[in-house]
Amino acid sequence: MTNRQKMPLQDKTIRNSNFKEVALGFDLKRIHLEASRCLDCKDPRCVKACPVNINIPKFIKEILKEDYELAYQTIYEDNILPSVCGRVCPQENQCEGACVLGIKYESVSIGALERFLGDYSLEHEIFKKEDIVDNGHKVAVIGSGPAGLSFAASIRRLGYQTHIYEALHDYGGVLRYGIPEFRLPKAVVDKEIQRLESLGIEFNKNTIIGKTLTVDQLMEEYDYKALFIATGAGLPRSLNIQGENLNGVYYANEFLTRVNLMKAYQFPKHPTPIKVGDNVCVVGGGNVAMDAARVAKRLGSKNVFILYRRDMNALPARKEEVEHAVEEGIEFNLLLNPVEIIGENYEVKAIKVEIMELGELDDSGRHRPIPTGKFKTLKIDSCIIAIGQSPNPILKNTTKDLKTDQKDRIMVEGCQTSIPGVFAGGDIVTGAATVIEAMGAGKCAAEEIDQYIKDTFS
Amino acid sequence: MYKIRKKITLNKDVDLMVVEAPLVSKNAKPGHFVIVRSNNDSERIPLTIVEKDDETITIIYQKLGYSTKELSQKNENESLEDVVGPLGKAKILGDESRILGIAGGVGAAPLYPQLKAYADKGSHVDLIIGGRSKEHLILMDKYEKICENIYIATDDGSAGTKGFVTDVMKEVYKGNTYDIAIAIGPLIMMKNAYLVNKEYGIETEVSLNPIMIDGTGMCGNCRVSINGKNQFACVDGPDFPAEGIDFDELMHRQSYYKKEEHDCLINLGDENDQ
Repeated sequence: MTNRQKMPLQDKTIRNSNFKEVALGFDLKRIHLEASRCLDCKDPRCVKACPVNINIPKFIKEILKEDYELAYQTIYEDNILPSVCGRVCPQENQCEGACVLGIKYESVSIGALERFLGDYSLEHEIFKKEDIVDNGHKVAVIGSGPAGLSFAASIRRLGYQTHIYEALHDYGGVLRYGIPEFRLPKAVVDKEIQRLESLGIEFNKNTIIGKTLTVDQLMEEYDYKALFIATGAGLPRSLNIQGENLNGVYYANEFLTRVNLMKAYQFPKHPTPIKVGDNVCVVGGGNVAMDAARVAKRLGSKNVFILYRRDMNALPARKEEVEHAVEEGIEFNLLLNPVEIIGENYEVKAIKVEIMELGELDDSGRHRPIPTGKFKTLKIDSCIIAIGQSPNPILKNTTKDLKTDQKDRIMVEGCQTSIPGVFAGGDIVTGAATVIEAMGAGKCAAEEIDQYIKDTFS
Repeated sequence: MYKIRKKITLNKDVDLMVVEAPLVSKNAKPGHFVIVRSNNDSERIPLTIVEKDDETITIIYQKLGYSTKELSQKNENESLEDVVGPLGKAKILGDESRILGIAGGVGAAPLYPQLKAYADKGSHVDLIIGGRSKEHLILMDKYEKICENIYIATDDGSAGTKGFVTDVMKEVYKGNTYDIAIAIGPLIMMKNAYLVNKEYGIETEVSLNPIMIDGTGMCGNCRVSINGKNQFACVDGPDFPAEGIDFDELMHRQSYYKKEEHDCLINLGDENDQ
């Protein structure tokens, strides 16, 4: 058995000072070596483990036949953002996690193959024109993140006039404001979204549903037969400790939005500023925390550390992201829980933390962090709080009868909300999850809404 | 794209723009604001909707920093890249019958729609307006139509009393009282107006403009401590009762990027300003 091909990376000694992509992608030789490792299982577990059920063995066989165009089209049928997903999916928990080869050897590097095909098609401008016959019905999509885009493509293909409404001045949701350039180049996001416009999907920016237009107005005045809410998890979670409003304390959402959406890393060419100082503390252990830490390093901070209350094994971030962070010189201060951010003249100076120790296993299967009553203080110049996001409540607050749970997530049966004709999916329903799970929810909702409209209006 | 129908220079520091934005105008009410971007690379600037009709909204801005100066380089019949709104909570008019507006500088712009709403429903509306000099008093013709009494304070004494709005407030309170005062202007002015009102037992409302990015509650940059609890000015405000607001914290938060703002201005060839 050939070994799993390693992803070539930008040199670790220079990459933490630039925003260019870290993972460089496979060349053709590696692509073929990797594709030839697929066992072409009769009952492919990888397909079932993919939230959008891409026909993985089929596109791999097409790669081996050197028909990259066909291989791309195989993916595109189920996943309209292969260049994005090939980069940001946690494949180790999905397709690659289920790969039979992984039991004895290492799984096929499916994500790298997907990325190759996506990029190949963008580079060679391969795009199959799809014949879509309008069925005369209109649907609206609220939010242009992964769930919204995936839904829009699926429902458009069924013949619906599909109109996306986005609150910000650019499309992509978390792909745009959340994930940094060095993990997901924005040029890739731009190009994959442009393809959706060519399917005939209409994009409307600067339109906040609940403010610019209400759900009622969309249904009554705009004659949409159904709405799909995909507004994501856009509300930062607070530590609720003293000192959170000091200058130099950012929520990760603000920090990443400044850098990614507003391009503060190119200040002053782009006039939105950002500053971090020499010593940066990032609170949290997920992918957002890793992104924030790696961004801070690239902005020139000398000492960037992750502050996490459990141990290294319990970090919720992808293994690959943690490895990359370690390689780039991010430090991990573990088993520490922040209790106070200390400032001087309203500027952050230090963070006081409680030392934790590992206790019994908790519900998540990880050791519970137990407070020890011992504290220490770490000197810092800025602090980025990356402990998760909650659903954004704008729609809930402006839409009578839209039922949500205690965590502000929209309650659904299937994808149906408490309002007839109004459906929801992605992070606004599940709480913060992954890009591909949101895309799966969007795809699934398209089938449900198609059925609903057929049952209700014909 | 959002076409600029009209642009008027109100004084050397302040412009007014009437911008085509029918979808923003549709649900806009007094108290709402918009976020605009001049060009494709620009910052997002929050500005109050001063007036509206079916197709347009009116914004007023002070050419203070890089981004408002960039905005001021746009002319009639050109377009703004982005206008999004209406944002924030609309003003809820109480049953107060005697209203005092207190405006400081360009704060007269966001104050106007609120006082107008009160005047339209028949409340008695008075105004204390302050500025650096006579030419810095804006929207006077409009205020004259809705206010019973207008009291003026200028730093240089070129109009009204020489001094601050707080000096005039104390004079006015000798013979008048109000159910509520709405103070909008620089943070230090709002804080001081609130402190004077507290002495006189008059409730104060203010409108806050902390640094903001998305304006939809997503980033948390605009958080403000009110009675020890965080509120987001973009979605929970921008209007709040002044009682309990940590003005000092907010002033520091607002000046966090002062140096960067200056660096940007140098870039614009404007280093003599500020």
